[in-house]
Amino acid sequence: MTVVGMTGDEAVAFAVKQCKVDVVAAYPITPQTIMVERFSKYVADGEVQTEYVCVESEHSAMSACVGASLTGARVFTATSSQGLALMHEMLYVASGLRCPIVMGVANRALSAPINIHGDHSDMMGSRDSGWVQIYAENGQEAYDWTVMAFKIAEDKSVQLPVSVNLDGFIISHCVEGVDVLEDEAVSQFLKTRKPLFTLDSEKPVTFGALCFTDYYFEFKRQQVEAMRSVGGVLDKVCREYKGVTGRNYNVLEAFGMEDAEAAIICLGSTAGTAREVARELRAQGKKVGVVKLWLYRPFPVDEVSAVLGRVKALAVFDRAISFGAPYGALCSDVVSALHTVEGRPRIFNVVYGLGGRDIQPSDIEFVFNEALETARTGVVKEETVFLGVRE
Amino acid sequence: MTSEEKKPGWKSLPIGAAVLEPGSSLRYKTGDWRAFRPVVDKEKCINCLFCWIYCPDAAVVRKEKWVEINYDYCKGCGICAKECPKEAIKMVEEQK
Repeated sequence: MTVVGMTGDEAVAFAVKQCKVDVVAAYPITPQTIMVERFSKYVADGEVQTEYVCVESEHSAMSACVGASLTGARVFTATSSQGLALMHEMLYVASGLRCPIVMGVANRALSAPINIHGDHSDMMGSRDSGWVQIYAENGQEAYDWTVMAFKIAEDKSVQLPVSVNLDGFIISHCVEGVDVLEDEAVSQFLKTRKPLFTLDSEKPVTFGALCFTDYYFEFKRQQVEAMRSVGGVLDKVCREYKGVTGRNYNVLEAFGMEDAEAAIICLGSTAGTAREVARELRAQGKKVGVVKLWLYRPFPVDEVSAVLGRVKALAVFDRAISFGAPYGALCSDVVSALHTVEGRPRIFNVVYGLGGRDIQPSDIEFVFNEALETARTGVVKEETVFLGVRE
Repeated sequence: MTSEEKKPGWKSLPIGAAVLEPGSSLRYKTGDWRAFRPVVDKEKCINCLFCWIYCPDAAVVRKEKWVEINYDYCKGCGICAKECPKEAIKMVEEQK
């Protein structure tokens, strides 16, 4: 293995190159631009055999990906923010037609007002589109999950598109040391895709036919079943990947949860900051813990219940707002997951970092102290804390 | 839609709504939402084929001396009756 200095975007592009992708159709949009920019360089330099399709919009990008995927090709695309919003219609087509496309998403805010910086508004807006959603904490994870994403997506029982999410700019543009595999090791780990159906004039098939009241529901039920199979497949893939890299992945990562009384659960890069603050607080004898969720869709209900069911107080970090909802998306899911757990924690929601607003260790320390106070008193002072917003 | 056969459930249907048999749309009759049916008067028909050209589906069938209607696919739009220069096609209300 070799450590290479690269941005999160470059790490994803490098992984895609090693995954021997047949087709990439993408439209550059900040901050994912570097993913496809770097990949187009691989194409231009003859380092890959990929058909690179320059399309005129993200809607077209996903449309082209769907078509390519249905032929049996391995397909990658990337987007962000407004681009993902423009893709929205086709996201449902990709999942409905069971196309195991992998997409890198450099998460950032949605307009208006116009903003190019990181938050999770884009992917949370597409959370019911039937895509598997994985969130990376850093460049290393973005690389590793991209390699694993193809294997999960293309598994016979899954056959669903997978998004690998990385925080815009914070991960997409920061250079880190990324421990990459040899090309051969990736080829060994990820074999050529075996599609369920292929386009063959000797054995014609139809994709995308009309399904009215008498069939549509059955195909949605199939998608539910495919989502349910993701957890088991992901577990198997992660174990195999650990055998190759020594790196341990699964649906979530827990820190300090063996004895934590107050905990934070979050997605993406914030987990690193939270863990560092938790480490300092634990050195002072404060029983705090951090849960980083790698897999957000399908939501790992059992694992979340097992790791969080016994803490006294829990702060759920949402980097997006679900306007008019009781909580942010992640918090609503956590509350749902825990609602049958005996002695479940007191929960409050922390909405933070919108439009790329920085989250400081002192912010997280404040939340840990609030959670410890809740653990002590059993009282939630504020159901939703808007962390760092000016009054 | 008109078929009375028992339909398969989600466990046995091909993944992602793929249709594995070519030409199966021939079994899918689409004429059942017609409210008026075109009826051809063979005596008046001069076989000019205006109706055959104007039919937005392919529901007008050419015969040697007149036309017939394929009621499996005719939606009853009435364009054939409107365009017929000899008023050989009448729209008759469908009765239950």
